[in-house]
Amino acid sequence: MSNIFNSMLAWVDKRFPLSSNWKAHLSEYYAPKNFNFWYFFGSLALLVLVNQLLTGIFLTMNYKPDASQAFASVEYIMRDVDYGWLIRYMHSTGASMFFVVVYLHMFRGMMYGSYRKPRELLWLVGMVIFFVLMSLAFTGYILPWGQMSYWGAQVIVSMFGAIPSIGETLQQWLLGDFTLSDAALNRFFAYHVVTLPLVLLVLVFVHILALHETGSNNPDGIEIKENKNPETGIPVDGIPFHPYYSVKDIVGVVVFLIVFCGIIFFAPEMGGYFLEYNNFIPANTLQTPDHIAPVWYFTPYYSMLRAVTVNFLGIDAKLWGVILMAGSVVVFCFLPWLDRSPVKSIRYKGPYFKIALTLFVISFFVLGWLGTKSPTPLYTLLAQIFTVIYFAFFILMPWYSKIDKTKPEPKRLKE
Amino acid sequence: MKKITIALLILCMAPFGVLAGESGMPLDRAPIDTTDNASLKRGAETFVNYCLTCHGASYMRYNRHRDIGYTNEEILSKLVLTGQKVGDLMQSAMRKKEGEEWFGVVPPDLSVIARARGADWLYTYLRAFYRDDATHTGWNNLVFDRVAMPHVLYELQGEQRLVVKTSDKGEQKSLTLEKAGQLSATEYDKFVGDLVNYLVYLGEPHANARKQLGIEVMIFLLGMLVLSYALKKEYWKDIH
Repeated sequence: MSNIFNSMLAWVDKRFPLSSNWKAHLSEYYAPKNFNFWYFFGSLALLVLVNQLLTGIFLTMNYKPDASQAFASVEYIMRDVDYGWLIRYMHSTGASMFFVVVYLHMFRGMMYGSYRKPRELLWLVGMVIFFVLMSLAFTGYILPWGQMSYWGAQVIVSMFGAIPSIGETLQQWLLGDFTLSDAALNRFFAYHVVTLPLVLLVLVFVHILALHETGSNNPDGIEIKENKNPETGIPVDGIPFHPYYSVKDIVGVVVFLIVFCGIIFFAPEMGGYFLEYNNFIPANTLQTPDHIAPVWYFTPYYSMLRAVTVNFLGIDAKLWGVILMAGSVVVFCFLPWLDRSPVKSIRYKGPYFKIALTLFVISFFVLGWLGTKSPTPLYTLLAQIFTVIYFAFFILMPWYSKIDKTKPEPKRLKE
Repeated sequence: MKKITIALLILCMAPFGVLAGESGMPLDRAPIDTTDNASLKRGAETFVNYCLTCHGASYMRYNRHRDIGYTNEEILSKLVLTGQKVGDLMQSAMRKKEGEEWFGVVPPDLSVIARARGADWLYTYLRAFYRDDATHTGWNNLVFDRVAMPHVLYELQGEQRLVVKTSDKGEQKSLTLEKAGQLSATEYDKFVGDLVNYLVYLGEPHANARKQLGIEVMIFLLGMLVLSYALKKEYWKDIH
C-alpha cells in the first residue's frame, strides 16, 4: 500500500513541487515554540475567509441584486431555502467575526512588533488586505437593501463627493447614476462577489508567502533564525508548523467555533450590532432614518468622520472628516518606520509604549462606542479628544519609542 | 491573563444594545413565548382577521404555519381568507394605491416588523391608541405620534383618552379607558400579547429550530474541544 502511495507521490513530484512545498510551508516550516493565545488569529482569519467564500456561494444562488427584489430575496433565503437561515447567519456573523479576528490579529502585531524589520512588507500586504476587507464589508452590507444598507451607503458615498473638484464626478462614476439606486446595487454586487474576493485571495496568498520568507515573529520579538543548530541548520527555538501548530490551531478553531456558533444559533443579531434593527425595514429613498449608524466595526472611523465641526486651514469641515477617516486607517501602514525602539516586543519595551498602546486601545473603543450614538455636544467633544489621542499614538511614536526605557532582549525564547 | 480579558471583552462587546421607543416612552414588556403554539395560533387568527386586510406579510407562506401545529386543511379554513392557495405568500387584500389614498402611506409589510421594532414596542404600541380629534383618523398613539393607522382593535379595547399631568418632573402622559370595549383590560392585554407573540414568530419562523440545532452543535463542539485538546497535549509533551 505504502509502495503504491510512494510511487504515486514520486510521479506527482516529477511534475509538480508537492513534497517540497509541503515541507517548505508545513512540515519543515519552523515556527517559534512560544506562540501564545494571540497567535491563533491568523489561522482563524483564514477559517473565516473560507466560511465567507463557501456561504457566499450559496447565498448568491438565491439572492437577487435588484433594488425591487433584493430585500425580499434575503427573506426568501431566510424562510424558503432549506437551511437558508443558517447560511445567511453564518455569512452575516462571519462578516463581523472577520473584523473581530483581524483586529485582534493586528493588535497582536502592534504588541509584539511584528511589523518591524524584516517584516515591513508582510505588514503592508496585511494592511492592503484590511482595506479590501473593509470594501468587502461595505459592498456586502448594501446588498440586503434595508434602510441601514441604503443610508449607510449614502453616507460613505457622499464622502467621495467631499473630495474637491473631482468629487461629484467620481461619485457619479462610482454609482453609475446621480443617486444611490439599482445601478449602484448591481455594481456593488459585482464587486462583492467577484472583484474583491479575487483580490483578497491573491493578497492572502502573498501575505502567507511573505510570512514564510521572513518566518514568524513571536511574543519575545527576537529572531529565532539567528540561533540555528550548526549541524542541522534548524533554529533551536523553532518547531515544525505541522504537526505542532496544526494540532494547536485545531484547539483554537474549536474554541472559536463555540463562540461563533453561539452567536449564530442563539444571538444572530447580537443585540443589533451584527444585524441592525433598522435593516429589517426595506430601503426607502424618501425617508431618512432618525439615526444612521454603521455596523460596529466601522464606528471608530465614523466617529472621526463626524468629529470635525469647523472649517480650518482653508479646508471644509466635511473634507477634514474624510481626511481624518482615511488617515486613521492608512496611518497603520507607517508603523514599521514610526517605531524607533531598539526592541520589538512589548515585553521588553518601556512604560511610555505601554501607556501609549493602552491609551490607543481605549480611544479605539471609546470612538467605536461614540460612533453608535447620535452626536450631542458632549459626544462630539469626546470624539475630538479621542481622535487626537488616536493620532498621537502614531505621530508621537518616533519620539516616545526612542527615549523609552527598554529592557534587554533575551538571547533565547523564554518559557 | 490581562490580555485574554481584553480579547474576551472585544469578543463580547456587543450585547449592550437596547432599543428604546422613539418617543422616549417606557415600553411594557411583551409576554413572548414562541414555543406556545396555542398562543401563536390565536395570534395568527387575529392577524389574518384584523391586520392582513391592509398589511401584507408577503415574505411568509401560509403553509409555513404547519410549524406551529396547523394542518394544510386547517390553514385553508382558518388562515386563508382570500381564496389563495396554501403555498402562496400572505399578500394583503388591499392594493398599494388604495392604501396610499386612504391613509397617506402604504401600510408597511409586517413580515419582519417584530425584528425592526422589537416585541416590546409592538406590545406597547397596540395598547397605546387614544382618541384625538386633531388627527386625520380621529386616533393618535402614545408611542407613535400621529400614526397613520386608525385604532383597528377599538371595538375590543374600547376608547382611551390622554391624561397629561404636569408636575415638577415635567409632563407625564398616561391613558385612561373612557368607553369600555368588548374585552376587559386583562383580556385585551392577553389578546395583544398573543398577536405580538405571533409577530415575533412571523419575523423569524425558524428561530426555534435554530436554537434547537444550536444546542446539538454546542454539544458536538464541546466533545471536539476535549478531543482536540487531548491531541494537542499528546503532540506537545516533548516540547520544552
